[in-house]
Amino acid sequence: MSDTAIGSHAIPSPAPIPVREIAPWLVFGLLMLLALYFVGAEEGATSIIPGMYVHEWVHDSRHLLGFPCH
Amino acid sequence: MTVAIFWVSPATDMENRMMVRTLLIRGMLVGFLAGILVFSFAKVFGEPQVDHAIAFESAMDEAKAKADLERGIHDVEEPELVSRKLQASYGLLTGVMVYSTAFGGLFALVFSYANGRMKSTDPRVVSVLLAITGIIAVYVVPSIKYPANPPSVGNPDTIGMRTELYFIMMLVSLLGMIAATMLQGRLRQQYNAWTATYLAGACYILIVFTTGELLPAVNEVPSNFPADLLWNFRIDSLGMQIIMWTTLGLGFGAFTEYANRNRFGYRNGANIQLNAH
Ligand SMILES: [Zn+2]
Repeated sequence: MSDTAIGSHAIPSPAPIPVREIAPWLVFGLLMLLALYFVGAEEGATSIIPGMYVHEWVHDSRHLLGFPCH
Repeated sequence: MTVAIFWVSPATDMENRMMVRTLLIRGMLVGFLAGILVFSFAKVFGEPQVDHAIAFESAMDEAKAKADLERGIHDVEEPELVSRKLQASYGLLTGVMVYSTAFGGLFALVFSYANGRMKSTDPRVVSVLLAITGIIAVYVVPSIKYPANPPSVGNPDTIGMRTELYFIMMLVSLLGMIAATMLQGRLRQQYNAWTATYLAGACYILIVFTTGELLPAVNEVPSNFPADLLWNFRIDSLGMQIIMWTTLGLGFGAFTEYANRNRFGYRNGANIQLNAH
């Protein structure tokens, strides 16, 4: 094996990460979506926590981030 | 030499799983940093627009209360749960940071799938391409149909319908973008990359345009609402998104490139260890 041959192999080109190894982490993806829901829609169109406190607290960001409000 | 051969061997399941974990943490970290920038921008440029809009709203409410009083109706003032001062500072900070960090995490999960499955092997290119398609799919296209609105624009009675429509538009746009990306990969086997991208892009536009035409329009801007205020608010909203996605795209890619370089010991695609032979 010449150095150049090894060189061309040794440059790490990213091997795809198998889906089955990504899948367990999708739980965190769901948590992120839940977090986005609280910023974007909670106590607006739908409500998990009673009252209007969450809505009022994130109110300005909800408007500025483009979610429907008011 | 053994080091070089070691890296060539395919990563084990455990290594892959830890890799996703690293990427996820990195994504959330970059998202958090992006959030700080977005918040700074929103605080300086966005908040004054929100304040102007709320002043407009208060003036409208006052005029209505006065008119009602003359007809003998007493309007009940809504209690203020969170003060304006808190809404404009810690409230805004909370919303923006949660939003940005969450998008950073989601970005990382998409990246962990896309990296190695795209033509480019440079994580910086993959990251930037994801950010560009991301902002188009998640913000730009849904907002062309249903733009961001300041307070006092929007009827509280229609919030359910407006939220539903906005999320439908976003979902179709996102799924359309995923479909177009898959299509682009297929087309590239027959055509060159430019042609494949044009065709796939045209399909995405066709999907979102048709959906936009089918969904009802929403226009609840009061007729006397200042046009420049509406414009400024929407431009600031777009600015926040541009800052977030630019930071994610460039930051995540640069961070990953840097980490890989340290890990694999290469620079600009050339292996340092082997060059030393
Ligand atoms: Zn509002």
